Amino acid sequence: MIDPQILVNGLVLGALYACIAVGFSLVWGVLNVINMLHGSFIVLGAYAAWLAFGSLGVSPFLALPFVAIFLFFVGYAVQRAVINRVVAEPVLITLVLTFGLDMLLYNAMVFGFSATPRRIMVDLGRLNVGDVVFPMDRVAAMALAILLTGLLYWALRGSRIGRAIVAVRMDRDAAALMGIRVPEIYAITFGIGALMAGAAGSLLAVVYPFSPTMSGLFLGKAFVVCVIGGLGSVPGALAGGLLLGIIESFAGVWFGPQQAPMAGFILMLALLLLRPAGLFGRAGYE
Amino acid sequence: MTGRRDAIKFAVFGAAALFAALIPWIGDNYSMRFCTFVCLFVALAYSWNFIGGYAGYPSFATAAFFGLGAYAGAILQNSGMPIGLAWILATLASALFAGCLGAAILRLRGHYFAVGSIVIVELLRLVASTWRSLTNGGMGLNVTILPGGPEHAGMVFLYSMLGLAVIAFVTTVWVDRSRLGFGLRCINQNEDAASMVGIDVTLYKIAAFVLSATFVGAGGAIYASWVAYIDPPDVFNILTTLKVPVMVMLGGAGTLLGPLLGVIAFQAMEELIWANFLEFHSGVLGAIIVVLVFFLPGGLLRLDVRGYFRRRRTATARPVEAAQ
Repeated sequence: MIDPQILVNGLVLGALYACIAVGFSLVWGVLNVINMLHGSFIVLGAYAAWLAFGSLGVSPFLALPFVAIFLFFVGYAVQRAVINRVVAEPVLITLVLTFGLDMLLYNAMVFGFSATPRRIMVDLGRLNVGDVVFPMDRVAAMALAILLTGLLYWALRGSRIGRAIVAVRMDRDAAALMGIRVPEIYAITFGIGALMAGAAGSLLAVVYPFSPTMSGLFLGKAFVVCVIGGLGSVPGALAGGLLLGIIESFAGVWFGPQQAPMAGFILMLALLLLRPAGLFGRAGYE
Repeated sequence: MTGRRDAIKFAVFGAAALFAALIPWIGDNYSMRFCTFVCLFVALAYSWNFIGGYAGYPSFATAAFFGLGAYAGAILQNSGMPIGLAWILATLASALFAGCLGAAILRLRGHYFAVGSIVIVELLRLVASTWRSLTNGGMGLNVTILPGGPEHAGMVFLYSMLGLAVIAFVTTVWVDRSRLGFGLRCINQNEDAASMVGIDVTLYKIAAFVLSATFVGAGGAIYASWVAYIDPPDVFNILTTLKVPVMVMLGGAGTLLGPLLGVIAFQAMEELIWANFLEFHSGVLGAIIVVLVFFLPGGLLRLDVRGYFRRRRTATARPVEAAQ
């Protein structure tokens, strides 16, 4: 009864979900901040890619690194200027603060770009393997999403800053005693979260139509994937994203497309109650 | 000593309630509508104060209870039930839902509880948008209009909302002085220690959560009859969920008068923004929320601008939030 086409659709969707969620998960894991801005960062990345495509004719796949770096600086500046000052406050304060910033950015985007859905049309053809169709633009987006997630994993393991981020996440007081400048690491981590959001936005712009009103939808997916995969874990976000993509694809076929997002939320609530550290997280490590 | 200070607080609330009650004679239709909204949010703010202020749990489920009450009230009223009975049953439905939900998600703490409660809003909104046979889906639901003309209806809804706000305040006073309030304050300070000294933390937290849903559900039901048309994005609005805690924090969480002052200040500000920035109103509202979070961490009742600068310098030296 398992249709391979649905599985492929689910995997493509899931890789994009992983890319959406990995930055959010990193920020939550390291800064202990639930970043309500994340969805709008993704939409901002999509618009940046759309502008580059529309006015300069640059392919979104080529524009992606520039969009991502632009978003890094946006995120870095927001963290340095605003969020760093309340980063040690309880969740109520940080969540409300980032939500206020989100309202600001959302309104600015509606004002600047209007709420009309946009899309970047890139036709790369399609590949047929037996009965299964692989639309190449989506496959390219999926490959890039997995590549980027892998790059982030490698950067966290292999680079000096990556090790510092992991150290702050494990124990920020000990990290500070080892000479790590914690506020700087916070800002860089937040910047990386925004960078991944920008990259995810450029990829999503190729696959789906987007508008500023989508930001809440993306944020909801980030919540679910993050809880499935465990906080701050890059492999967890990848696995959680793929799992959510597959579940939503099959739920859409079995129960109807309107019920598909509900399946994700119900799974998330069940996991919160049964395994709050996530399917792939370690207990006590959140 | 506390007697006299409490008497002042009762007097302030009583004066505000009396003023609201006199609005039909001294104000126009616009001020009646504004005042009904203020009373609604006063009820919501006092409700949230039980779980968010006294127990210190960052609940973002307000809009879930509000929407549930609104839909339950609308559906019951449309099935021919008298309006008062529909409101009472909708309130009970919200309270019951909160009891069951609380038993499950109140085991979570901090960030997980916050995210879990936000997701409940999203989930109920999806249920309301897809359960066509019951809720008419995304098309929204028309509610039977109260007979007797707009003047009469305006009075009925103003006094209903005012009554709800007063009941929420009286309940707050009662909780504040009872064992429950004491236990909730202990839970706020240190849940494990509270459990150690013999407070039934699970029961107390569920009680606070149910209280936080009861008046919200009632407010939702009255709102549905008042506006006579509801749809999922309107009543399950994430902004409602975020605005109520901001109002309470603006006035001072876990206090008797804080929610009242916070709501009045915030509603007045929001009304000014609507009047002056039509295109950019949610952006300006967002900016104001950011500024409030910065400058008023303790609320209007404890305005401390110098403390803000001190806190900033020592921010990195403070330990991470202990209760994870």
